[in-house]
Amino acid sequence: MIIKILGSGCKKCVALGENAKAAAKAAGKQAEIVKVTDFAEIAGYGVMSTPGLVIDEKLVSVGKVLTAEEIGKLL
Amino acid sequence: MNIFVWLNDQLLRMQWLSDLVTAGVSAVGLDPASRLGGSVQFFVYDVIKIFILLSVLIFAISYVQSFFPPERTRRILGGRSGIWANTLAALLGTITPFCSCSSIPIFIGFTAAGLPLAITFSFLISSPLVDLASVILLASIFSWPIALAYVVVGLVVAVAGGTLIGRAGMEDQVAEFVHGVPVQDGDQDMTRSERLGFAREQVVEIVQRVWPYVLIGVGIGAAIHNWVPGEIITMLLGQDNWWSVPVATLVGIPMYADIFGTLPIAEALVGKGVGLGTVLAFMMAVTALSLPSIIMLKRVVKMPLLVLFLTVVTVGILGIGLIFNTISDWFV
Repeated sequence: MIIKILGSGCKKCVALGENAKAAAKAAGKQAEIVKVTDFAEIAGYGVMSTPGLVIDEKLVSVGKVLTAEEIGKLL
Repeated sequence: MNIFVWLNDQLLRMQWLSDLVTAGVSAVGLDPASRLGGSVQFFVYDVIKIFILLSVLIFAISYVQSFFPPERTRRILGGRSGIWANTLAALLGTITPFCSCSSIPIFIGFTAAGLPLAITFSFLISSPLVDLASVILLASIFSWPIALAYVVVGLVVAVAGGTLIGRAGMEDQVAEFVHGVPVQDGDQDMTRSERLGFAREQVVEIVQRVWPYVLIGVGIGAAIHNWVPGEIITMLLGQDNWWSVPVATLVGIPMYADIFGTLPIAEALVGKGVGLGTVLAFMMAVTALSLPSIIMLKRVVKMPLLVLFLTVVTVGILGIGLIFNTISDWFV
């Protein structure tokens, strides 16, 4: 699966990326974490508040740093 | 003594802190009335005061802001038009969580959802210009009448600027891809502990982002306060010169700084006799427009719209500066 982190490189985006990585590992899934920093592409998902989380091209969260457990539930 | 005056002096202006720092400066053998002692007093007192106020205010305000994410603001504004819609957009701009890095996604999100340019620009102008934290800091450094006047004129620029841009009929001057963007409406409800967490994160994030600007701003303020002769400043930016407002505006526009960094400079300039309008024009120019935000905006709007936006905001700021210099006697 591909997990995308939408955000222009702020601290929250880094934290969300770490949590996503941990969640995928805990769930035993092979996941590729992609950081999307271009705002045109970010806006392409209809996101106005970063960081956004996209799992397999589906936007699941905006403007929040989800914990690894919360991401685990979404996977 | 009037209890309100006392609260205002001690909590907001932190007179106790000023006295404490003055005592501390004397204790290490510096005369607070001397140049060096005065600069040290100004620097230490202002830095501590700004950081205390900043942290407390951002926490409280972020809690309020957590009720108004951009998705909700967009829903509230959807389907409205006319001057009251612009006013509403400008008001929402003051409470929506916002940093200049998110202005472009918000512009795209609003436009893609079909909000008129007039509304979007009212929001975009007011958002960096007038925010609750800066208003309370203004009250702390100057006075409540000045802070309220700043809010009112900031909102007037946002409403009038947005309306003018809407009238120009430049709907087609937006980059094509913007209209193809999907509209997500999935803002999540937050629990109280999430809101408190959000407020705490905002404090950490904003303080980490603005502390260099605050230190530089207070440093420049301290230098102006005690080292630059008043005559030079009055000569350059004095109220009698017609060019003082344009100079302050043009110098401020390309600068990228937070309002928190510009306030100490403003404080020192007013102390040296620079007109209130000149100082307000400088602060507004610094916060409303900056080179990085203009470059980002260029990627989503075409040149004529960008030029119109810059012109409208610049003229608005110039107007405010000139008006305030004329009526500043009301506030002193």
